[in-house]
Amino acid sequence: MSIGLNHFLLLGSVLFAISVLGIFLNRKNVIVLLMAIELMLLAVNTNFIAFAHYLNDPAGQIFVFFILTVAAAESAIGLAILVLLFRNLKSINVEDLDELKG
Amino acid sequence: MDFASVVFYFLAAILLLSALRVITAKNPVHAAMALVLAFFTAAGIWLLLEAEFLAITLVLVYVGAVMVLFLFVVMMLDINLEELRRGFWDYLPFAGLVAGLMIVEMIMILGGTNFGLTAPEPKPADFSNTKELGRLLYTDYVYAFELAAVILLVAMVAAIALTLRRRPNRKIVDPAWQVKQKRADRVYLVNLKSQKPEAKSEEDE
Repeated sequence: MSIGLNHFLLLGSVLFAISVLGIFLNRKNVIVLLMAIELMLLAVNTNFIAFAHYLNDPAGQIFVFFILTVAAAESAIGLAILVLLFRNLKSINVEDLDELKG
Repeated sequence: MDFASVVFYFLAAILLLSALRVITAKNPVHAAMALVLAFFTAAGIWLLLEAEFLAITLVLVYVGAVMVLFLFVVMMLDINLEELRRGFWDYLPFAGLVAGLMIVEMIMILGGTNFGLTAPEPKPADFSNTKELGRLLYTDYVYAFELAAVILLVAMVAAIALTLRRRPNRKIVDPAWQVKQKRADRVYLVNLKSQKPEAKSEEDE
């Protein structure tokens, strides 16, 4: 049996579910939360590329290109905020981020 | 089972196992290394889908830049791991339920059907995926491309501005302040009459 479109889509959805699980489990550790978000983006990008291949339309690959750009910007700013946070609080525990009393 | 299927199942197994390792690793450095493996394996899967340029970009940009940034930050911070790991598995039943439901739903939607799509004919060996993407990027998507460049610039400025540490005791003079100074504010002359020293009195001696 050869592989088809649904194999790639199922791989993407299982990867997405694993990263949702990771966001629940690592709810205190901001660094691993950022890593789980990166995994989610990877799953979504895999879906885009699978459809781009099977529809024979490179627009999906262009979209992945832009998602990669935005994700790189997002992780750079997220890590900068994390460093700033650690400098002020000496902790990256999400439970310590209660300054705003929301 | 043809060769592509073997490669797919092999890479998919590594990808899912390393993703599980990312979310369960005790040490964030191990999580980052597992994430590197996941990105690398995903690049292999993208190669199976004939997205050569993006596969190489994933390795260069993610493994080469973003993950190095992650590792820098993880190693720079002094994290109390016991505090962060306390109650790690508490939410597992709820989280497992949510993730399991998501997988079951996706299998119900995606399993079996291929949306009527079959694999296209493989591209000829001299076909350049990079050239095709470049042609599209600089013609149809040039506006979005420039917006992406602006986003990267803004992200760079923001990351530097956020982490810039201003030291209070550095010895730098503000040029604007320096130019604004007037002679009249800083120096004034006192007209002091010249006077003779007083004659010493005889009683002191």
